[in-house]
Amino acid sequence: MLPYIGRRLLATIPVMAVVAVVVFSLLRLTAGDPAAIIAGDNATSADVEAIRAHLGLDRPLVEQFVIWLGRILRGDFGESFFFKKQVSQLILDRVEPTLALATTTLLLTIAVSIPLGVLAAWKRGTWIDRAVMSFSVLGFSVPVFVIGYALIYLFAIELAWLPVQGYQRLADGVGGFLARLVLPSVTLAVVFVALIARITRASVLEVLNADHVRTARAKGLGELPVLLRHVLRNAAVPIVTVIGIGVAVLIGGVVVTESVYGIPGLGRLTVDAVQARDYPTVQAVILLFSVAYVLINLLVDLSYTVLDPRIRY
Amino acid sequence: MRLGNGSVRLGGAIFGIIVAVGVLAPVLATTDPSAIDPTARNRKPGAEHMVRGEDGRPRAVRHWMGTDTLGRDVYSRVVYGARVSLVVGVTVALVSAAAGLVIGLIAGYVRALDGVVMRVMDGLMAIPAILLAIGLVSLSRAGLRSVILAIVIPEVPRVVRLVRSLVLSIREEPYVEAAVALGARTPALLRRHVVPNTLAPLVVQATFVCASAILLEAILSFLGVGIPPETPTWGNIMAEGRALFRVFPHNILFPGIFLAATVLAVNMLGDGLRDRLDPRVGRRL
Repeated sequence: MLPYIGRRLLATIPVMAVVAVVVFSLLRLTAGDPAAIIAGDNATSADVEAIRAHLGLDRPLVEQFVIWLGRILRGDFGESFFFKKQVSQLILDRVEPTLALATTTLLLTIAVSIPLGVLAAWKRGTWIDRAVMSFSVLGFSVPVFVIGYALIYLFAIELAWLPVQGYQRLADGVGGFLARLVLPSVTLAVVFVALIARITRASVLEVLNADHVRTARAKGLGELPVLLRHVLRNAAVPIVTVIGIGVAVLIGGVVVTESVYGIPGLGRLTVDAVQARDYPTVQAVILLFSVAYVLINLLVDLSYTVLDPRIRY
Repeated sequence: MRLGNGSVRLGGAIFGIIVAVGVLAPVLATTDPSAIDPTARNRKPGAEHMVRGEDGRPRAVRHWMGTDTLGRDVYSRVVYGARVSLVVGVTVALVSAAAGLVIGLIAGYVRALDGVVMRVMDGLMAIPAILLAIGLVSLSRAGLRSVILAIVIPEVPRVVRLVRSLVLSIREEPYVEAAVALGARTPALLRRHVVPNTLAPLVVQATFVCASAILLEAILSFLGVGIPPETPTWGNIMAEGRALFRVFPHNILFPGIFLAATVLAVNMLGDGLRDRLDPRVGRRL
């Protein structure tokens, strides 16, 4: 198992390297002078010169990349001219809402989608199956922000059960914190549930016809223990894989959902930074989200050895 | 031969209607979609309003979907918005499929390049599509072309992966071996034997790319980083409607319905085509 973990860790290095090169070149590909762009519209020529010297823009491109990467690895993402702050500080300030939203969405998704998928497979061909599959296609097609506004309209404006928008820090009270997370999490979970329910159904269907399931039933085991212990356990690997891949959908959804609900997280920061052409912040957020995505999928790959002890790479 | 299953027919029918709406936009629209009318701001759906026609005489215009904060007719904007969504969706699908086919063929056939090409594709796929697109549009002045390019780049790696895996299995087929034994040169071999066998899955994948591109364009517009706000796109109409959403939900509702229906139609078309043409291809993720 250790060599597998080692090899899997090594395999993430080229991926991370490509991500770093892409994010680095984002700024170098612009038509204008990167130093002037980073300095912003109100900068003096002295500011621009200082940034040029700091980034080493007069040196060869490869050397610039090495300087930039070295700073990133030390946690120095530069300074945001728009927010007048260190980008690393800015990110620390904004990380809580995003983590909270992502965690509640993930928990909600798993709690809803896996039972739905199992049910659809178990009741294959019935109206339950068709309803789940129809919801799944629909969930892929309705944009996150349309779902968001529909939910706000229904539950926050018409019924007035929940707050319309905003975020409350966990430190300021659990009740308000959770109340403001309900609608955003449900909004964000729709597409994710559609994805996971579909793959759960497909992978459970494959296991349902296996010999060991027939044996389990034949020895008189009830349906629920059969489904949980013999079917779901063996269907877990593809489900976990898609949950990992689906994190990309989740991250994209976070950007939109935070804008809809006015949540001051990293997604909202990305949009604000792009609109202000605040490139150091844009680069840092893209890099951070991508690294998180790669690491989550690394964990998913490593979980295979636990989920399916037969897997020996 | 029966043309497609239920999913293909329903999806195709809805898509056909949206295409017709886009093509016939000048006929269907009741006003100029960009015409600002300060006297007709924030009207509810169905409200009637007198405007001076081209001949100078006043005529009544019914705002089927109300008006926005600048007094623009939402119905006319929604109708014209179909054009942008369709152009973006179809163009991105075609360009991504073409680029993905070429790069995928190279990766699958030129073994020396495979490792490098696929590592680059893995890296691109590690950046969530919306973020990569947002980062790319921020580089240039936003317009139709830069938005299309910003959506193509995150979509291409998914096509490349598919084409490469197809090429890798096709090249082991006996008929390819036979063609090689008969002395077929690589370009002819690719053109006559490999490419035609990648087409069915490629068409299915292109359909899913189209659906995802329409969604991405709307998201970029909605976030205010896509096509400039004067242009009527579904995302722009919704972005405009955000401020007064509590009072006038129709500015988000109507374009939202059109957007969802279009994406749903394309997804159904893709699902149906996949079942029909190639059951091996998994769903786009």
